[in-house]
Amino acid sequence: MSYVAIKGGKAAIDGAAATTDYLRCKGGLQEPLTLAMIEEQLRLLTSRVVSEGGLYHPRLAALALKQFQGDTLEAAFALRAYRSTKPRLLESPVQDTANMRCIRRISSAFKEVPGGQYLGATYDYALRLLQLDLANEDPAAFKAVAKSFLQDTPDSEVPDNFPKVIDALRAEGLLPPVAPSRAAAFDITRDPLVFPVPRSAALATMARAETGGLLAMAYSNMRGYGDVHPTVAELRVGYLPVMLPHPVTGELMEAGEVLVTECEVVAMYEGTNGDELPTFTLGYGACFGHNEVKAISMAILDRALQKGMQDGPTNPSEDPEFVLLHVDGVDSMGFASHYKMPHYVTFQSDMDRLRTTQQKMKEQDTEETA
Amino acid sequence: MSNKILSVRGLSRIHGEQCPLCISSTGPEHDTNMCSHCGSVVAAHDVNFDLYRGEILGIIGESGSGKSSTVKMLYFDDMPTAGSATFYDGDVQHDMFALNAAQQRSMRNKRFGMVYQNPHLGLNFQISAGGNIAERLLMSDLRHYVEIRTRAGDLLARTEVSRARMDQNPKTFSGGMQQRVQIAKALATQPPLLFLDEVTTGLDLSVQAAILDLILEIQHELGTAMIVVTHDLGVIRLLAGRTLVMKHGRVIESGLTDQILEDPQHAYTQRLVASAL
Amino acid sequence: MNAHYELPLEDAGYSFGFLDEYAKKEVRRCILKAISIPGYQTPYASREMPMGRGFGTGGLQLTLSLIGEDDTLKVIDQGSDDSVNAVNLRQFVQLTCPGVDVTEKTQEATLIQSRHRIPEKMLTEEQILVLQVPYPDALVVVEPSEARRKVMHGEADYSRLLVKLYEDVVRFDEITISHRYPTRINGHYVIDPSPIPRWDVPRLHQSPALVLLGAGREKKIYAVPPYTVAEPLVFDDIAFRVEDFRDANGQRIACRCCGSTVSFLDELIDDAGNITHQCSDSTYCEEQQETISARKRA
Repeated sequence: MSYVAIKGGKAAIDGAAATTDYLRCKGGLQEPLTLAMIEEQLRLLTSRVVSEGGLYHPRLAALALKQFQGDTLEAAFALRAYRSTKPRLLESPVQDTANMRCIRRISSAFKEVPGGQYLGATYDYALRLLQLDLANEDPAAFKAVAKSFLQDTPDSEVPDNFPKVIDALRAEGLLPPVAPSRAAAFDITRDPLVFPVPRSAALATMARAETGGLLAMAYSNMRGYGDVHPTVAELRVGYLPVMLPHPVTGELMEAGEVLVTECEVVAMYEGTNGDELPTFTLGYGACFGHNEVKAISMAILDRALQKGMQDGPTNPSEDPEFVLLHVDGVDSMGFASHYKMPHYVTFQSDMDRLRTTQQKMKEQDTEETA
Repeated sequence: MSNKILSVRGLSRIHGEQCPLCISSTGPEHDTNMCSHCGSVVAAHDVNFDLYRGEILGIIGESGSGKSSTVKMLYFDDMPTAGSATFYDGDVQHDMFALNAAQQRSMRNKRFGMVYQNPHLGLNFQISAGGNIAERLLMSDLRHYVEIRTRAGDLLARTEVSRARMDQNPKTFSGGMQQRVQIAKALATQPPLLFLDEVTTGLDLSVQAAILDLILEIQHELGTAMIVVTHDLGVIRLLAGRTLVMKHGRVIESGLTDQILEDPQHAYTQRLVASAL
Repeated sequence: MNAHYELPLEDAGYSFGFLDEYAKKEVRRCILKAISIPGYQTPYASREMPMGRGFGTGGLQLTLSLIGEDDTLKVIDQGSDDSVNAVNLRQFVQLTCPGVDVTEKTQEATLIQSRHRIPEKMLTEEQILVLQVPYPDALVVVEPSEARRKVMHGEADYSRLLVKLYEDVVRFDEITISHRYPTRINGHYVIDPSPIPRWDVPRLHQSPALVLLGAGREKKIYAVPPYTVAEPLVFDDIAFRVEDFRDANGQRIACRCCGSTVSFLDELIDDAGNITHQCSDSTYCEEQQETISARKRA
């Protein structure tokens, strides 16, 4: 008798790969998706993948989305694994988001802010009615949309930069000044989280967290398992120039730009030390790509975690271990998937324990009735 | 060898920012324990006493007097802001607040016992009554199952909890019985020093009397030294040989319990004694 | 990125061992620390691997950091070289580590990566066993906070774990932990020995081979160094018991393929609903069968 139970592993894996690829290509379609199409037309999907993958490479993100047939968890995962093969060459200096080339920028704290409100691209006020004419879109009309938009929108209408709202609040003394000395940022790709962790470790973990997971944690705080009660001082989306030291001269120069969503929420003041005046408190969120729900969730959780780190957590969203160890998409999806793997040996041990216990209980019953 | 088991000197606990005026602006003469200058709370200030083997010391006061704060510090539930305590364990002296966290936990697990007013603080309600006692025995490195069972059963029997209920969860027990399990758990390692924080508060009078009897019996049998914290003069009268009276974080009177009850010196103590009569 | 941007395709080539050299060096440093403090969970910056967290990424990072061109690798899952996950991991190592030999024979391997089993054949001083770990911390069943668990480990305070065993015996007259049996290493740290059956736990004790345990998702590496004391956590008067493979008459069940009565067995249910047993360690089973047929020929 041969080894039937789990022989044939290689053939099974090869078969699974072929079937999966068939599903990608079936349906009688003439053309495969191009990476540019995914990157441009599914830009918010690409945004999720660059942010959760923790690697700003929209074209690779598009490739991953194509390869994994639209699964954001798998696509982000592939970017992370790709990144594992690359050494860390340098640590970037602090990037100033005031230099961001904004495509959108709003504040819900003030009717008017320096630089003005700039709604940009958003679905916030769109009616969620299905636009049936997109079903069979005419390529000519499709091209015309972009063309006419650019014609009707002169460059001069869009300012290059906007001042930061929180700088105005700082100037008024409503927010604490920026702490002068800052320790080097914690690199979560090079150091494991050993609690307690600094705020920079928390921010980095949340910046590449899975959007839905982060939202659920933040939502629990918004609903009442917490009391941040945030006001969005500023939410901005745009292209941030990345300044890196020149390898020879050391002088800072622009190495490129990354699409970033940034959110700063202001929360109510708390008691202070000694003679200092109370100020509002701040929560910060930022992630690669255009992902406003993620940036807002992160800002709220940042505030909640700062509170938990200081006073001890009173809600799950204030507990750094609880939040930071459970929001990573790659970790959590991997572990959920692993339950599909064979567990014959452990289940054999489980059966052994149950049978022994059942046997003992039967014996006890017999003794008692005897 | 001295008979001393515990020596407390200048024990203080201030919550919050401290300012130079905290001490001079709080206490019984100011009728508050909160500093009017910086808002700090002086939970306890300059508490001094000695405790001898087999002795029961009572600490009486109203809530906010500092009596529970004092015991919490000695059981390492809280750290003092000033002062010292020396535990005399056989021939060895321990400067309690100079020990590291691991040493403090070991002392607390093996040499001290604590019975809280709220049984949820002293018992694990996820496991059986016997399991609660087993936990303390396991902490002191007993690894023999049958011996653990026997010892736990004996302790429960000694505190008048039926052995038949040993494997039940204490959440199904009455309040008085939960306190008995707590006492059995506290005694598991045969500690020379036991802390009792309002152990009879909230129980029926007949149950209270039985618990107090049990405590006295244990003291006679085992010679366990105890610190009994209460707001109830009756408890002090029955149990404590010596008593500290605390108010607003200060010890305002101390001495033999009989003397304090017969001839209270401080106006607060006089009111306390008068109201109880 | 503009629409005419082309991905540089030659960039996709991977270096030996997949991970970059800095990462591998860091893992090796953590391995040294783990060996120096037997049973201590050494935190490390676990990298994302191209297979799922939970599929052996911790073990794989250990393997890739240790493996060189002179090594011979064996990969097993559930005791079998040919189960899907073992095949997958082995193929990945072959793909990224050209020149490395692979084998199914336990004694030929210098490095063995395994999930859920220790091979039946006694390992030697020349071998390293890498076990894949989903839950590195035996205390997690009694304490969810990692920060608090760290203190408990530091003080070797396992009383709450022992209380769980106590409660088990009270309720069931048996310790109900079936696998991942808490095991004390070198008299101090209690480890989760990975989901090996209790059957395999005694083989950690005084093992001539170095045993390394890697948890990728939980980012921990720990070790049972060669010839180290490894004791399952039990009471003095209640013996640790491995899986019982006796039938209703008290007879030891034999493997249906090789007839072995000394190996860990898998239980199979055939189409007719009959229960049969065969060795969990497939290589061991095949070797037993060969020995039998050789004896028959002779």
